[in-house]
Amino acid sequence: MRTIQVTDITEQIKEMCIEANHFLTDDMKEALVNAQDTEEAMLGKQILQQLQENLRIAGEDMIPICQDTGMAVIFMEIGQDVHFEGGSLEDAINEGVRRGYVDGYLRKSVVKDPLIRENTKDNTPAIIHYEIVPGDQVRITVAPKGFGSENMSRVFMLKPADGIEGVKQAILTAVKDAGPNACPPMVVGVGIGGTFEKCALMAKKALTRPVNQHSDIPYVREMEEELLEKMNATGIGPGGLGGTTTALAVNINTYPTHIAGLPVAVNICCHVNRHSVRVL
Amino acid sequence: MDRHITAPFNKEVAAQLKAGDYVYITGTIYTARDAAHKRMSEALQKQEQLPINMENNVIYYMGPSPAREGRPIGSAGPTTASRMDKYAPSLLDLGLSGMIGKGKRSQEVKDAIVRNGAVYFAAVGGAGALLSKSILSSEVIAYDDLGTEAIRRLEVKDFPVIVVIDKDGNNLYETAIKEYAKE
Repeated sequence: MRTIQVTDITEQIKEMCIEANHFLTDDMKEALVNAQDTEEAMLGKQILQQLQENLRIAGEDMIPICQDTGMAVIFMEIGQDVHFEGGSLEDAINEGVRRGYVDGYLRKSVVKDPLIRENTKDNTPAIIHYEIVPGDQVRITVAPKGFGSENMSRVFMLKPADGIEGVKQAILTAVKDAGPNACPPMVVGVGIGGTFEKCALMAKKALTRPVNQHSDIPYVREMEEELLEKMNATGIGPGGLGGTTTALAVNINTYPTHIAGLPVAVNICCHVNRHSVRVL
Repeated sequence: MDRHITAPFNKEVAAQLKAGDYVYITGTIYTARDAAHKRMSEALQKQEQLPINMENNVIYYMGPSPAREGRPIGSAGPTTASRMDKYAPSLLDLGLSGMIGKGKRSQEVKDAIVRNGAVYFAAVGGAGALLSKSILSSEVIAYDDLGTEAIRRLEVKDFPVIVVIDKDGNNLYETAIKEYAKE
């Protein structure tokens, strides 16, 4: 049994909220650099160059990469041999988000009630997903999610007879409908299988996989490659203003499902695909 | 083509702007997004005066992140314009010259742009740090209680935007995509 103080979690989450909103991971930076080389449209190239410049300014001057510093989505993979001490873990996580967003000059974008819509003024509560795993470590992923792209995300409850072609069609439909609204070039997270909520969660988690890393499953890897090519042939391009870089990556996760179903979730993320990962 | 314009601007200036033009705006523009539009719409329904005069002005759909000490503003990129589609036609009919945002607009907004000779610009979404460098000052002038969604007056210098929908109804999102589509 390993004991972890919840105050440590608060401090880590605070730092991770600030880090994720100012610095992209190396795989994302590399993908954006590569895109600038391969983009065929002049305006598209210019926009991709501006995105590089934007990242440079964000890091040097500590200005958030995007003003939509998101709703804090947090994945907690908790080793089953870990014991938390010092209070409620959930409160500690939300306190970390509060401090990160208030002290880090991040935008407060959360409303207390979806219909009454009064801002909570500290960006809490976070969306927290817990997973119990073997071992005595805690792996924390903080993934602030902006809503320009979140609003363009979809869940499709397909029929088994729709098959792989139906799945590909659904994913491409979501991307085409998103177009300029989702701030392309996008990263497309996909969940196939499970249940209604499981596929959505898989799609969200797929966005945290490095964009240069494919699925281990051969047919899924092929789908990822084929769909990326097709998305980049839509013409949408950077900023939706025309070009050959509509998406930087398609990350697909799969799970067993019911004999009667074929759920597909498409979680779209903009080029500011942010996450910070730490293992305690 | 590249153009430099001063805001506010009248309909004669708007008429010269064509879909696809790269435009640098210098002057005064105003921010408003979801909550401010809702409130302005309610004010219009009650026949109350709006906090800003629409005539010849430009609205930037943007809610900034907080400014660090000594800076005019935080990150300041465009938000998705379609959420304002419900409110935009009535503001265009009151003389609004330009809107800056990102993403598609409804047919009703396109019709109102054409009817009034206005223009819809896109700024690069997700480039809020870069765009903040073109903002010289920012002052909340209405709806302070809305926080990031308050109406702000911005002084901008060479603020970079692209004309997406012009007064003839040309739409860069539609034409540019066709140019690069390979299907």
